[in-house]
Amino acid sequence: MGSIARTLGREVLRDIALTCLAVLFIGLSYGAIAVASGFPLWVPAAQSVLVLAGASEFLFIGIVAAGGNPLAAALAGLLVNARHLPYGLALPDVTGPGVTGRGWRRLAGTHLMNDESVVFALAQEDLPRKRAAYWACGLGVLICWPGGAVLGALIGSAVHDTGAFGLDAMFPVVILALIVPDLRDRMTLRAALAGAAVALAATPFLPAGLPVLLALVAVLLLVRSRPSGAAPEVSAAPEAGAAPEAGGEKSAGAR
Amino acid sequence: MVVAGMATLAAGTYALRLSGQLLRARISFPPRAGKLLEAAAVIILAALVATTALTEGHGFSGFARPAGVLIGGVLAWRRAPFLVIVLAAAAATALLRLAGVR
Repeated sequence: MGSIARTLGREVLRDIALTCLAVLFIGLSYGAIAVASGFPLWVPAAQSVLVLAGASEFLFIGIVAAGGNPLAAALAGLLVNARHLPYGLALPDVTGPGVTGRGWRRLAGTHLMNDESVVFALAQEDLPRKRAAYWACGLGVLICWPGGAVLGALIGSAVHDTGAFGLDAMFPVVILALIVPDLRDRMTLRAALAGAAVALAATPFLPAGLPVLLALVAVLLLVRSRPSGAAPEVSAAPEAGAAPEAGGEKSAGAR
Repeated sequence: MVVAGMATLAAGTYALRLSGQLLRARISFPPRAGKLLEAAAVIILAALVATTALTEGHGFSGFARPAGVLIGGVLAWRRAPFLVIVLAAAAATALLRLAGVR
């Protein structure tokens, strides 16, 4: 743990702590809703540790509480969690044998994969920092999500209305804040906006989880435009292109 | 029955977490493909931001939440500290609801 702290520095650790605090608040409402829907305390408690993926747990509880078949609810939850497969593809060495070791470390690290740990890892520049951020955030969520769920189940309806504090805005904004550096690349921004539009358009019609996967069609925008490094705005020779590149973004539009 | 559903969800989720990594370890991707895979994760995360900010179930989430997220996004673009971004978004959403905006 000490080496994780040293690798990351105080600022990133503080950001991770705040994110975990937000996760704890969402966990509070999860536990409260589960108990209010008639589940005993051990259901959200076990789910939060063993599944450790919030949105799918909310969905599972919701479907079963509404009288749905638990296995069908599990399949719906798995659909929501399908995005973890491309996450694993994007983060090859974070829990891999390279530095964290083999065997149980990799198996444990795999369980810590979630939106928050992945986005914090992506936001770091080099592999040691990616790995440290992934583990710090993953372990933080492992403590805060079940902690919040159990606490929420105990307090019950007292924390039912988290909307009043704007807590529901925290999850999207945490993710957004961490991908903004990637979005400064114009091609990535274009693909991300296209993907978001596809997901939004699909949301009314498809089951939860599928719309964000459908957003992956936007990767085609990147495949098509970058193959030989010939994209006009990126490929400009460093010497010749540097000057207009820097200030060119806005003035080009103005003219 | 509920326990069987819980076990299915837990085991299946773990399998999903593991399979992407195993695939990546087995197949050697050229560096460009590695960049694309990372961009794919960013695209999914962006879609997740859009859907969790703007929708609830299969419908519109109301104005307060996306407005808060938008304020947070502008602050992030202007390189505000993370703490400021997140708290401003939550505060804006809460204040809008207090003012009667849903």
